[in-house]
Amino acid sequence: MKTIDFILNGKPIRSELSADRRFLDVLRKELGLTGAKEGCGEGECGACSVLLDGKIVQSCILPLASVDGKTVMTIEGYKKTKKFKAIETAFLKEGASQCGICTPGMVMATEYLLKNNPAPSYDEIRHGLSGNLCRCTGYNMIFNAIRRAAKEGEGLW
Amino acid sequence: MVDNVIPKSLDEALEHLAKGDYQIINGGTDLMVKNRAWSETRLDFKKNMLYVRSLEALDYIKRENNVLRIGATTSLESLLYHEHVPSVMKECLHLFASPAIRNMATLSGNIGNASPAGDGLLITYLLDGVIVLVNAEGVRKVRINDYVKGPGTTDRRSDEMIKEIQLHDDAFDYTVFNKVGGRASDSISKTSFAGAVRHEKGIIKDIRIAIGAVAATVIKDKSVEHMLRGQSIHQLKEKIPQILEAYEPHIQPIDDQRSNRSYRKKVAMNLLEAFLRQIASKE
Repeated sequence: MKTIDFILNGKPIRSELSADRRFLDVLRKELGLTGAKEGCGEGECGACSVLLDGKIVQSCILPLASVDGKTVMTIEGYKKTKKFKAIETAFLKEGASQCGICTPGMVMATEYLLKNNPAPSYDEIRHGLSGNLCRCTGYNMIFNAIRRAAKEGEGLW
Repeated sequence: MVDNVIPKSLDEALEHLAKGDYQIINGGTDLMVKNRAWSETRLDFKKNMLYVRSLEALDYIKRENNVLRIGATTSLESLLYHEHVPSVMKECLHLFASPAIRNMATLSGNIGNASPAGDGLLITYLLDGVIVLVNAEGVRKVRINDYVKGPGTTDRRSDEMIKEIQLHDDAFDYTVFNKVGGRASDSISKTSFAGAVRHEKGIIKDIRIAIGAVAATVIKDKSVEHMLRGQSIHQLKEKIPQILEAYEPHIQPIDDQRSNRSYRKKVAMNLLEAFLRQIASKE
C-alpha cells in the first residue's frame, strides 16, 4: 500500500487515502480539523487557506499528493503560537471578524504576509490579502487589524 | 479507477510516461478546478494522474546572459521574488493570481494548459520562449509559437513532459504589462497586453508585442517586430496607423461569460496604440 506521509501541526501523519483527494476534505472529514472552511471550492476565496512548508496555499484545490513529504500548518496548529495571539487581539480590537467563515483564512494569509514582510504598507496588505474574500466587514477593518498586528506584534515576525 | 503516481525523480516520471497514458498534474490550480466534483466527493479525473509538483530537481531559476531558464516545478511566487526575473514578468506575476495560487501554480502548468487567456503564456510569447521537453530518450526544444497549437492543445507528445522554459530577455528601456479583468488579481483576463522596447540614440533595437485573450492563442507578429527594428522612433510614430492596421485582423476575440467580442477588440487595440504612443513620446 502506497502511503502519503506528512507533518500536520507538528504531528506525523501517515495516510492511506487516495492521492487525488482534495486536501480540504482530508482535513475536515478524515482528520476532524474543521478550521479551514470551504467557500468557493475553486481557489478564489481563501477560506480554506493552510500553510504548506510555510507557504500559503488553498487546500480546496490541493491534491493530497502535493503534501507528501511536506509540513502543513492549519489554523488549529497556528492557534497555539504567540503570533496568533497578536493577530487575534488585533482582529478583536478592530472588529475584523463578523460571521467568522473567512477568518481562519484571513489569519493564515496574515501570517504569510507578515513572515515575508513584517512592516507592510497598506497597499502591500491589500495585495497580500488579495486571495481572501470577506462578505461582512468590507475589508477595511481586516486591513486595519493587520496593520495593528504588525505594530503591536513587532519583533514576533 | 484511475492510477495516482507521485514520482520521486524525473527518471521515474519519464518511465511512467513512456509506458502509460497519464495526465500530468503540476500545481493543480487549473486541473483541480476543471475536474472539480462536489465537496467531499472524489475529483473527476478521467485519466491516470502523474503528480510532478514535488520534483525538486526541476525547481530552479538560472540566468545565462539574456536567457532565463525556469524549471518546470518552480512556483510563480519564487519567480516573483527572484533577482533574475525581468520586471515586466514580475508586473505580470503580481497580477497573475493571489499569493496562495502563486505558491502552487507554475509557468510550465500555465503553458501546458495553453489557455488563450493565460497570463504566463503572454509573457512567454513576449520573451520569445522556448519550451524544453523531455522524454526517456532525451530532450527536444520547441519555440512557444510552434508549441501552442490552439486553446488547450500543444505540441507535447504523450511520453513527454515540460522540463524547462527558456525566456529571451533584453535590456529593455520601456516595458508594459496590462491585464484587464473583473478583479485586480485572481481573475482570468478579459484581454491582456505586454510590450517591450529597447532603443539606442533614437533607433529601435528590439521591440516585442504580445496580446492575449483575443484569439485562439497569444498574438505575436514577428514580421511587424522585424520591420520595426532598425527604424527610428520618429519613423515608428509616423507608422502607428499602419502598425495598428497590421494587428487588427489578428485580433479576433470571442464572446464568453467574462467579456464580449467588441469590448475585447476595442480594449486590445487601445492598449496597443497606447504602447506605441508611449514609445513615440520618447523621441
